Amino acid sequence: MSSLTRRPRFHFRFQPRYLLYIPLLLMSVFYLIPMYVVIVTGLKSFDEISLRTMWTLPSGINFDNFVVAYQNLAPSLWNSINMVVPAAIISSFIGSINGFVLARWKFRGADIIFPILLFGMFIPYQSILIPLVEFMRTINMYGGLPGLIMAHVIYGIPITTLTFRNYYATIPKEIIEAARMDGADLLKTYRHIILPVSIPSFVVVLIWQFTSAWNDFLFAVVLTKPEFWPVTVALNNLAGSQIIAWNVQMAGALLTALPTLLVYIFLGRYFLRGLMAGALKG
Amino acid sequence: MSRLKNKDTITSIALVAPSILAVGIFVYGFIAWSMRVSFSAWKGLLPDYTWVGLKNYIELFSDPRFWIDIRNTITFTSVFVIGSILLGLFLAVLLDQNLPGENFFRSLFLFPMAISFIVTGVVWRWLMNPATGTRISGFNQLFDAIGLDFLINTWHTTPRWGIAAIALAAIWQMSGFTMALYLGGLRSVPDELREAARVDGATELQIYRHIVLPMLNPVTLSALIILGHISLKVFDLIIAIAGKQLPLDVPAIYMWQATFDGYFFGRGAAIAILLLLAVSLLIIPYIIYNIRNEADL
Repeated sequence: MSSLTRRPRFHFRFQPRYLLYIPLLLMSVFYLIPMYVVIVTGLKSFDEISLRTMWTLPSGINFDNFVVAYQNLAPSLWNSINMVVPAAIISSFIGSINGFVLARWKFRGADIIFPILLFGMFIPYQSILIPLVEFMRTINMYGGLPGLIMAHVIYGIPITTLTFRNYYATIPKEIIEAARMDGADLLKTYRHIILPVSIPSFVVVLIWQFTSAWNDFLFAVVLTKPEFWPVTVALNNLAGSQIIAWNVQMAGALLTALPTLLVYIFLGRYFLRGLMAGALKG
Repeated sequence: MSRLKNKDTITSIALVAPSILAVGIFVYGFIAWSMRVSFSAWKGLLPDYTWVGLKNYIELFSDPRFWIDIRNTITFTSVFVIGSILLGLFLAVLLDQNLPGENFFRSLFLFPMAISFIVTGVVWRWLMNPATGTRISGFNQLFDAIGLDFLINTWHTTPRWGIAAIALAAIWQMSGFTMALYLGGLRSVPDELREAARVDGATELQIYRHIVLPMLNPVTLSALIILGHISLKVFDLIIAIAGKQLPLDVPAIYMWQATFDGYFFGRGAAIAILLLLAVSLLIIPYIIYNIRNEADL
């Protein structure tokens, strides 16, 4: 019907729906404004810095702000790296093993495990904070990175387990049964059949745990002493100090955001999958 | 074969038991421990488990600061949740029109999700600089330059409503997430349904109003619950924008200050447990709803 009334088509014909680019571009400006200010400020020289000229472009490219910000944040950036890498890797393996067992193993009471895990994913961590600090003090892990890694690994169990479990539930049972017919036990099946096909899920979970541990502030500020502060705590401290200028704070913010931003830019697809798993599971 | 099965069962238990135990202790055991602290007289550096019943809770509800917290949480949650849902839905509908460049815009709207609330806070505190006159800067200066003077305001330093400015930064960070949820929902609306409506002469607007939007109700429910529980827990963002100031106080900050700055462990634990109760009211029905849905499949 509609084809009868359709007007003849031309190349590059303007379509009314292209007007939708106007709101899309306006919204892009909204999301990019903070990024613009951070980059522009970061590239200005110290003489150019003034709150009055926050929005103007720099007259040349200058890395002074980043150098000073890096000098201030370097130890904590390394703390973050040393904490996040083991935390993400350990979390992923624990999640993978749990997910595998829970996906294929039907036992009495299995139904109760999922709501118990899910609830653990959503609790406000304030409700376990006092015992956590007391516990870390008792076992002498308060103040350093191992305690913080342990906290991220343990409180990451629910989300990593559920993400892997949902993925493994999609692997056909026949594949596992065939391996078992050949006499492979559970661990062999996991190692030779399951692990090789788990790479996409590992990427999703590694990225998720990397991002949440890197961006965490609450556990870090409660569990670490200043010399082991991760970068989020150090940046907040930098921003709160009266001595450090705002332009250096901006450069510091960019340095802090860079690792997770790079992961997002290059592996965004996997990041999104983790995000959705965290929200809706499955 | 059955020997292998038995061996597998033992291996299975051995593999998951440590994790189940860890969650049992560190989540549920620690919640119970916190509750016990909230019923105690613990004040000061050394633990004191003298039972005082509901005293800490009763004191909280007669504490003006806690009422400021509740008011701020309600304001923050309303602005943040409504703002993120409307903006997310708007962006998702725009992106659902199959325009060239859709992936680019989607990635752009989502990138703030990848960065820390602390980073967002540090940047936004300068964007929301409340100074006016000769020291004007940030958004205020921008509004001044483009003739939107009426938008110039004192942001998070505004009495009573300052917390709403913090919610704006939170909307910037989280609305892309709501967009992704809605976009997923929109894409699951069958094309045949829209096609059928078009054949019946419905306009695109009518199709959205009467067919597509009602199908998004479950997505809205998820978004409400996820955003709602995030806003109850809000902490880092406020700390990074404004530090610990009474006008911008929320339960998570009060809990923090009572416990770790003031050593009022009993009171801190009571705030934490009330926070947990509030989050549970949202999350438990959501978990039950999700599990029932999964069982139906």
